[in-house]
Amino acid sequence: MSRPEDTLPPDLFYNDSESRKYTTSSRIQHIQSQMTHRALSLLSLRSPSLILDIGCGSGLSGEILSTFSPETNPGGPHTWIGLDISSSMLAVALEKEVEGDLFLADAGQGVPFRPGTFDAAISISAVQWLCNAESTEESPAGRLSRFFNGLYASLRRGGRAVCQFYPKNDEQKKMVSSAAVRAGFGAGLLEDDPGTKSAKTYLVLTVGGGELDGDITGVVRGMEGVDVMDNRRRTKGRKRGEETKGSKGWIMRKKEQMERKGKVVKANSKYTGRKRRIAF
Amino acid sequence: MKLLTLNFLTCARKACKSTTLAFPLRPKDAELEIVEADLEPLFIRNILPRVEWEALRTLCQDLGLPQLPPAAPEPAALFAPNPSDPSIPSDKLVRPGKEGEGEGEGEGEGEEGAPTQTLKDLHHVLLETTIREGKLVCGNCGHAYAVKEGIANFLLPSHLV
Ligand SMILES: C[S@@+](CC[C@H](N)C(=O)[O-])C[C@H]1O[C@@H](n2cnc3c(N)ncnc32)[C@H](O)[C@@H]1O
Ligand SMILES: [Zn+2]
Repeated sequence: MSRPEDTLPPDLFYNDSESRKYTTSSRIQHIQSQMTHRALSLLSLRSPSLILDIGCGSGLSGEILSTFSPETNPGGPHTWIGLDISSSMLAVALEKEVEGDLFLADAGQGVPFRPGTFDAAISISAVQWLCNAESTEESPAGRLSRFFNGLYASLRRGGRAVCQFYPKNDEQKKMVSSAAVRAGFGAGLLEDDPGTKSAKTYLVLTVGGGELDGDITGVVRGMEGVDVMDNRRRTKGRKRGEETKGSKGWIMRKKEQMERKGKVVKANSKYTGRKRRIAF
Repeated sequence: MKLLTLNFLTCARKACKSTTLAFPLRPKDAELEIVEADLEPLFIRNILPRVEWEALRTLCQDLGLPQLPPAAPEPAALFAPNPSDPSIPSDKLVRPGKEGEGEGEGEGEGEEGAPTQTLKDLHHVLLETTIREGKLVCGNCGHAYAVKEGIANFLLPSHLV
């Protein structure tokens, strides 16, 4: 399957028709909703909070954040602010009259909020887009670092962020999580259904300090398939290098095999240096 | 865009990151709209300590909204004293005109009493008062961010990043 981020920049890929198709697909609605609930449970917010949604799209996650549910959003309803680079996606969100405030913004340019603004942040299926530079003045590493630095500063002490993303390969997974760690986050990678077609990667991030358990090892302790990335890594737990079926090493090998089969080549030169649309 | 959001927003330019002039962004040619929102008392209580009160006051002034008090309300001013609060002896409670009301009534309230008018006023200013059209101007670099249909455009041309 080809990866959309290898074909077009996000604001061109998510044009009017794609944004509508995306938002009205019941398959997509279902998957995005499941992942949002997973992210919410990882955030474990206990009371109505201010949440940043990066790459909020048409607000599929936001609608869940805005709704109180004793089972799936016990701390809610939350107030959210969404950033997205696609004006078409935001136009669909407007039409749906979502409750969050929307910004047309490129997360790779940073997070324009004052320090300590948000209790938490969520990003569903968006961060892999940051691994592509859209012009020659930018590099993926630079964009990731501006994003994570900005995100880190905009969260309050003890705050958390969960970014579900689709890493292209293990290298990209590392590039993303190490950018987060360099920004100061405690970071853990959580994999649901590893090695399967529906595998999902969650980057769980914590900001130290505050009354919440800011230590990442506290958040993801005891969870299946978690790889703690921060500098306070604990040595106890599962030994590295074991390659039982379903283990990380096994999955990585499998993934590499799959990668080799379905490799896509990026065609980007056509769009570099283009002007971005500003008006809706 | 809610006035709450504007109270947290800064200029996106790197050059403005380290200056205090990049906050708050000042509205220009702003067109306001009142959008009703459900009252969420616990959210107001959570967010109030993070609100830059002086910036909010100035903003209300600039927008021609009713004047806010010089200092932010204390947390205690957000909820009426709660009859079921064990720290208040029940015989000391004065509950004017609410004879038949039972204990623990009212939705969404844990130990909190009923939301006060102060809390409702804050809700109205922060969450129901929105900027629909206009510009937001940085006090440091002068960059004007356009707001259309409530959505602010924070995309920077690459030479401004
Ligand atoms: C697969 S959609 C997910 C949308 C939404 N989070 C959801 O779960 O339905 C990916 C979104 O990321 C947005 N995106 C991609 N790159 C971005 C960037 N650099 N800054 C902000 N948003 C971006 C796209 O415009 C798109 O709306
Ligand atoms: Zn500025």
